[in-house]
Amino acid sequence: MSAFTAIGEDREIDQNEFTPGIEPQATWCPGCGDFSVLKALKQAMPEVGRTPDEVLLCTGIGCSGKLNSYFESYGFHTIHGRSLPVARAAKLANPGVEVIAAGGDGDGYGIGGNHFMHTARENHDMTYIVFNNEIFGLTKGQTSPTSPKGHKSKTQPSGSAKDPIRPLSLALASGASYVARTAAVNPNQAADILAEAIEHDGFAHVDFLTQCPTWNKDARQYVPYVDVQQSDDFEFDVTDRQEAGEMMYEVESKLYEGEVLTGRFYKNDRPSYGEEKRATGEMPEEPLAERYFDEDAQWERAADELIEKHT
Amino acid sequence: MTDQELIWRIAGGSGDGIDSTSRNFAKALMRSGLDVFTHRHYPSRIRGGHTYVEVRAASEEVRSRGDGYNVLLALGDSFARNPQEDAYYGKEELKPLTENFDDLREGGVIIYDEGLIDEEQAEEVGLHEKAEENGWYVYPVNLRAIAKEHGREVMRNNAGIGVMSTLLDFDTSYYEEIIGEVFNEEIAEANRTVIRDGAGTAEEFDEHPDLQMPTAEEHDEEQALVSGSDAIAYGSLDAGCRFISGYPMTPWTDVFTIMSQNLPKFGGISEQVEDEIAAASLALGASHAGVKAMSGSSGGGFALMSEPLGLAEMTETPVVLVEAMRAGPSTGMPTKPEQADLEHVLYTSQGDSTRVVLAPGNHEECYEQIRTAFEIAYDYQIPTVLIYDQKLQGELRNINVSFFDREPDGDPGSVLTEDEIEEAAHHNSGKFQRFNYDRDKEVSPRTVPGQKGGRYLATGNEHNESGHISEDPTNRVLQMDSRLGKFEYIREELDEKGNQTHYGPDEAQYGIMTWGSHQDTVFEAVDRLNEAGHSVKALGVSDMMPYPAEEVTAFLESVEECLVVEMNATGQFRGLTQKELGRFGPKLSSLLKYNGNPFEPAEIVEGFETSINGEELGDTTMKYVPAAGD
Ligand SMILES: Cc1ncc(C[n+]2csc(CCOP(=O)(O)OP(=O)(O)O)c2C)c(N)n1
Ligand code: SF4
Ligand SMILES: [Mg+2]
Repeated sequence: MSAFTAIGEDREIDQNEFTPGIEPQATWCPGCGDFSVLKALKQAMPEVGRTPDEVLLCTGIGCSGKLNSYFESYGFHTIHGRSLPVARAAKLANPGVEVIAAGGDGDGYGIGGNHFMHTARENHDMTYIVFNNEIFGLTKGQTSPTSPKGHKSKTQPSGSAKDPIRPLSLALASGASYVARTAAVNPNQAADILAEAIEHDGFAHVDFLTQCPTWNKDARQYVPYVDVQQSDDFEFDVTDRQEAGEMMYEVESKLYEGEVLTGRFYKNDRPSYGEEKRATGEMPEEPLAERYFDEDAQWERAADELIEKHT
Repeated sequence: MTDQELIWRIAGGSGDGIDSTSRNFAKALMRSGLDVFTHRHYPSRIRGGHTYVEVRAASEEVRSRGDGYNVLLALGDSFARNPQEDAYYGKEELKPLTENFDDLREGGVIIYDEGLIDEEQAEEVGLHEKAEENGWYVYPVNLRAIAKEHGREVMRNNAGIGVMSTLLDFDTSYYEEIIGEVFNEEIAEANRTVIRDGAGTAEEFDEHPDLQMPTAEEHDEEQALVSGSDAIAYGSLDAGCRFISGYPMTPWTDVFTIMSQNLPKFGGISEQVEDEIAAASLALGASHAGVKAMSGSSGGGFALMSEPLGLAEMTETPVVLVEAMRAGPSTGMPTKPEQADLEHVLYTSQGDSTRVVLAPGNHEECYEQIRTAFEIAYDYQIPTVLIYDQKLQGELRNINVSFFDREPDGDPGSVLTEDEIEEAAHHNSGKFQRFNYDRDKEVSPRTVPGQKGGRYLATGNEHNESGHISEDPTNRVLQMDSRLGKFEYIREELDEKGNQTHYGPDEAQYGIMTWGSHQDTVFEAVDRLNEAGHSVKALGVSDMMPYPAEEVTAFLESVEECLVVEMNATGQFRGLTQKELGRFGPKLSSLLKYNGNPFEPAEIVEGFETSINGEELGDTTMKYVPAAGD
């Protein structure tokens, strides 16, 4: 029998279960886009059939990282930029756990950029939500990797000389097998996309546009937005890498011209990392974590397996 | 030290097969009943560069590198750089000969490959003159020609073994047995022919050296030839570790490799990841999910782990890290040993952060203490670091096979089962109270994701009992005191393990203290000093944090003065001792070495004698730092 009976438990789930009794109310600024992420995530959970005890939410540091405080589940609020390596190891250790990572644009595309690239490349079966507010929120409004060129802040007083990063293209090039963008102003699309991302068997990257009315006053509220799947103006195949790439390029450019394009941009069902690793024989079939709770587990000994070649 | 010991050096370039030949040779000697100990010296280069491996062998216990050496098998560097460049690089192809002149003892033996170093070149570097002066026996043999005749050029190492067998009266049967085990029959046979031809060629030499191969009765029990890295990896596996994440860096790569090769067989997982920040973070993630996990690196990589290390402490996530020291600062000398990362490992990471740090003194201690590291980490939910160095990592030594006959430990430490969770304290909203104020030995048991009723928040922010962020002053102090308060209990636990090693007479006038990989070299020096009429005892300290204050106090109180021997330039362990036990400052002096080569026992003898005589060290690569106030 599994030592983790929360996993795969079949019962009615109410999204209110995901509201923590300890901190039921979030302390983000009024009008902050982060509220929408929280709401959409709660809404997605009953849809994907997961309960608080079988979800591990790993966050980075930033206003976005506070998501852990306001979402009831197992949580690991890590350090700035490092949610992904913590999250993906937990998934390897116990693949039955639903692992979700989240953090800001600075956290994920800046300081944690290397992990973003490699976690996508490895295609771990997990979801990664980036709260993209085009700013460093928690440290009070410095220019971030997604801030538009020319963006002025206290640390870039004459305006940023840097072109912003292209997060969707970066995810695609790195190997993510599901890439989408949604916006705080569109809660229903957001909940649907999050549910899809969670159910996707591979690395699902959701760039979530979250307005920061406090530090990014000149930024749009991401309205009006267009859902590219709903609009007749866009015709492309989300399973075609090349078409997806071209679409992402357009979407990323348009954002800085004031046009908010959202939706699913890429989906591919290549095997997840866990499957690939099991296929090489370098990952056990049984979840590794189970073994530590199984009193009858047999533990291999160095003396039996390894010493002979030294004699 | 005695006539009965052989210290054999095989020298050539990196890539000349020196490692495997010396390993086979050491194993053959071990099987013949001798005790063996190896020492490697190599550059940070894949091909060429001056490399040697020393094999020390004797019929009595051998536990350290020796003083100099007495037999050289010089292969010549077949990957030497362009001879036209020799103004800058020196004559590289001759280095296996010239670089080894200094340490060869009187009456020593040189066998060199005439196929690479010709008579004229040997003359140019003054070989014969030096041989005359020192009573060396010199045997030029065209090893390559022999090898090529029967097989391939790389077999020249074995032609050299053949030559030795004749000159030193060395029975090659064990060696040939091993050749049969590592090669297929065709290649093995070619190698045996090469050995025999080498032996035959050496018959031509009329004059044989005085030195003969030491011999011994078989060992009382079966022996295993292991490195410090083997011992650390095997101890980890037996401790129930089934997850490792890492990024290659010399000398830590060795443990990472051994684990990666064996974890799949043991049902575990190894992950090579993008950098060391990720490596440490993955180990935390796996541990958080209930698996016994480790990571590690060497100096530079460990620096990147500083922040995850603090996160582990703050979230009370168990994790074991190993730190394999090499000579720093920065990239330093990647393939040379040093013990200069002690302060780095003790103090890195922000805040009043802390961790347990253990420094094993030899191979057996590597195995024992990595197991202790896992026990402490998982029982006390605290990061535990095993610090060792490039020397211990690569040294091969024979150990009783029965030493490894241990029970494995799959216990995940202080984790609750689902049944226990039901009984445990929860916030009225249903959240599990992960960080209770009320604790046994300051440990509050944890749950892991997927367990019903166990959900909680782990955060690097200061947090309350349920793990939610809190800056409440009362809570802050209670949580800090719990995390720091563990050390009192850990100290008690470590005292029971007895990690410190005492050596020499109970009562002695002088003391020598050391830590880590020089322990057994110091002990050999202590034997010699006592034989020479001095009164000296030694203490090898392994517990760096929490420091074994009582035990060291008793030791220091019992001696008049104490010399602290360590391989760094700033006396870091002496500094730690003074920080912990300030009043002994006036008793402590330092013998330091930081040129990339470990101490030889004779150097410690010399350092000790000059220090008690209040003399200056002569022409040496060591440094003596007297006690404050001297
Ligand atoms: C190693 C490290 N560097 C810097 C910081 C300070 N810091 C905290 S959050 C943050 C940036 C936050 O921006 P973002 O990731 O976009 O998150 P947001 O607050 O906008 O949600 C920074 C620089 C830190 N905590 N750790
Ligand atoms: S500073 Fe910006 S991102 Fe942070 S909570 Fe306020 S509005 Fe949201
Ligand atoms: Mg941001």
